[in-house]
Amino acid sequence: MSKLDRSEKLAILADAAKYDASCASSGSVKRNSAKSGGIGSTGGMGICHSYAPDGRCISLLKILMTNYCMFDCLYCINRSSSNVRRAAFTVQEIVDLTLDFYKRNYIEGLFLSSGIIRSPDYTMEQLVEVARRLRVVHRFGGYIHLKTIPEADPDLLKRAGLYADRLSINIELPDDESITRLAPEKDGKLIRKTMDNLGRQVREAKAERKTSRKAPLFAPGGHSTQMIIGADASDDAKILTTSNGLYGSYGLKRIYYSAFSPIPDASSNLPPQAPPLMREHRLYQADWLLRFYGFSVAEIMEGGAAGQLDLTIDPKLAWALQNRARFPVDINRADRESLLRIPGLGGKGVGKILQARRFSGLRLADLERICQSVRKILPFITALDWHPGKQLDSLSLYDRLKPPPEQLSLFPA
Amino acid sequence: MMSGRHHYRITLSGETDREGWRDAARRLLQHGIAPEAVSWLVEGRPDDGELDLSPPASLPTADAPQSLRPVRIAKDLLALINSALLHRNPDRFDLAYRTLWRAQSVPGLHHNPADPDVLKLNGYAKAIRRDIHKMHAFVRFRKIGESGDREQFVAWFEPDHHITAAVAPFFRNRFTGMDWLIVTPGASIAWDGKALAVGPGGRKEDVPQQDVVEAEWRTYYAHIFNPARVNINAMKSEMPMKYWKNLPEAELIPALLEQAGTRVAAMVARPGETLPIHDRPRETVAELPASLDQLYRMLERQPDAPMEKSSPTLVRGAGPDQAELMIIGEQPGDQEDRQSLPFVGPAGQLLDRALAEAGIDRQQTFLTNAVKRFKFSPRGKRRIHETPNAGEIAYYRWWVEQEIRLVNPRLILALGATAARSLTGQPVKIARHRGEILPGPEGRSLLVTVHPSYLLRIPDEQGRQVEYAKFVRDLQLAAANVSQ
Repeated sequence: MSKLDRSEKLAILADAAKYDASCASSGSVKRNSAKSGGIGSTGGMGICHSYAPDGRCISLLKILMTNYCMFDCLYCINRSSSNVRRAAFTVQEIVDLTLDFYKRNYIEGLFLSSGIIRSPDYTMEQLVEVARRLRVVHRFGGYIHLKTIPEADPDLLKRAGLYADRLSINIELPDDESITRLAPEKDGKLIRKTMDNLGRQVREAKAERKTSRKAPLFAPGGHSTQMIIGADASDDAKILTTSNGLYGSYGLKRIYYSAFSPIPDASSNLPPQAPPLMREHRLYQADWLLRFYGFSVAEIMEGGAAGQLDLTIDPKLAWALQNRARFPVDINRADRESLLRIPGLGGKGVGKILQARRFSGLRLADLERICQSVRKILPFITALDWHPGKQLDSLSLYDRLKPPPEQLSLFPA
Repeated sequence: MMSGRHHYRITLSGETDREGWRDAARRLLQHGIAPEAVSWLVEGRPDDGELDLSPPASLPTADAPQSLRPVRIAKDLLALINSALLHRNPDRFDLAYRTLWRAQSVPGLHHNPADPDVLKLNGYAKAIRRDIHKMHAFVRFRKIGESGDREQFVAWFEPDHHITAAVAPFFRNRFTGMDWLIVTPGASIAWDGKALAVGPGGRKEDVPQQDVVEAEWRTYYAHIFNPARVNINAMKSEMPMKYWKNLPEAELIPALLEQAGTRVAAMVARPGETLPIHDRPRETVAELPASLDQLYRMLERQPDAPMEKSSPTLVRGAGPDQAELMIIGEQPGDQEDRQSLPFVGPAGQLLDRALAEAGIDRQQTFLTNAVKRFKFSPRGKRRIHETPNAGEIAYYRWWVEQEIRLVNPRLILALGATAARSLTGQPVKIARHRGEILPGPEGRSLLVTVHPSYLLRIPDEQGRQVEYAKFVRDLQLAAANVSQ
């Protein structure tokens, strides 16, 4: 086999990384190069430097160090039994590529993951070395996200946290039974144990920083995980219950839901078709309701049927239609919590309403100026010059509020 | 009151002279001068349609400080204004002063998101935030060499607003360890490891057109794209097409979309199973025409064009291939159809006169129509103009968008309701929106005004003159926005 050049390796190892949903470069410490004289900065907000035709942001150089892998996880394109082309970067190649891209302002930083070669420890060591060289040798101040390997030595995890902004461990599937079936070398218990360990170190480092500015940083951007949707039979209720547990127990920053994507040379144990991307979208919306709108999993699932979210309408609207007795909400008097429950009204809209009503009672004309879409919220509110009348009791409300059919094609499967 | 008799004209030293504005605003407030009595000018920018020719009043000298009014300005209002003043809309200085003036009697005014002035100011500030954010994201450096141990990079960028100097510290803090220069049409910024420098604007040709690493970046872009999840609208809303011409990766997009369907089909194919047929994505942009000539030839060959009641002649747009200003009318008329040229009939002649009065060079302007063929009903030997309907406007809309993409104007001026509808996709009330910068296709700036044929139809001489003056003023506003 002829030797691959850097560009050919990049093609193979970017291809291998694209099934990872996360590309966030936000939420870390503020850092810049003004003092160090190096290259790189991070702000509170990430920057998306480009967008691919799949509509997803390109913020980080997201690659695998290698796609050779000892493991045989059925949903993964890089499993040992797959026929994909293989390649491996050297540590220095990744360092150079990251800097070359960064200096041209293509990226915010690096998101590095890898197949398992030789041993989990060996692989993890290489990943950590990339981050170390970038930070120490090249004074790189950009964003680094390392995907850690749960089977590796906890000590390596600790070193990774010193250089990386964010660490992640993939939970992969919503329950242990599926992990055993589809990812025979992986162990759900071990994944959660490592996640717990990681969460604890992030928390402790943060607490120490509060008492001393000199305390070392440990993954200041926190840790996240990814769950694959649609590769096993878990329903939405199961997924959201798992998520809720993960957020609560391990202090995760984010859970990414990745609709299982048909992969080349797939195993016949997997469904041949992708689940609708709308399902992934609804799960993200439900995830938001859990974290920012004060909903419980049980409440969210009231809007669904048989353990699945409604794909036609968003989960908040679905919940509201099952709880019509709680509406209409008086836009001029209701507290923040009740306003947040109005379908079609987000955190920002609620903030503006609370602010604007200090000046005068709100009419529809005011709402039109400060809300995204008044049409959507009308059936659920009262304003000085508006009452929805009996339409809340109407059986056809669902049909009237669901999006027109062509809107679904925004997410062509 | 003195503000009733006097008119104050404040001339700022440049588009980003925020200090000048602040000083003048403070003094005006101290003297209790109402916003209606003030006009804001910028040195080097043509006076946009100010009709008052009386000599400008000068502010009373501050020899009696006790008579000055106390001025209260909330910190966050000032921050909001500071940001909004970078907007390119010429009315920003006036809007900001009016808000400040009103805030003197309504403390906390700027906290009311439903107030029209505050709403507009917030809208400007939001546009600035977005513009800055997009500049952070879409600048692409190209390496030009090394000097000592420092690498040197240059970039070309076209922001929508006057933000170039404001983003300099961001790039310094990020790219401290290298020398860089960012050139934009309005200003340039540079860093040499010691100090930031702001200089005059430049041209795209001043910046090298390639860099060795760009090929690898394109490789990365092509391979990180997941063909199973094509979502063109999401991509376009975050990375509007106006930026594509300066992004090295964007040239791949048509081909990537073209191949997406077949790649997905290959992925899900299983031995022994039949291949599911995947349609090509509905919105392929793979065959976008590369020149105006090609565009018009494609349009001429379209079999499904609405031809009923229309002349078969396609009247092409006229003007330079790349123009700062693009004027779009309704449809060709009788004369235009016979000569196959836009704006050569009576309305065209009136437009010529008005353009000359507004100081716009027709030769530098691209002129075209929202509907490309003359629609008429025959009456004897005469062909009587018929207004195109919504379906016809919609049919030609894509073609107009392509003209805009190719001509790449800084500003589009729509003449009349048909053109305005074509460009916004919805009915527009000209009387309400004239003089206002509207969002046009691909986020470009759009001004609307009446069609010159409307002026020809006004029966009384006086009314015609008044309307003509308003029309010329709209053209002047367009000229001012282009030359910014």
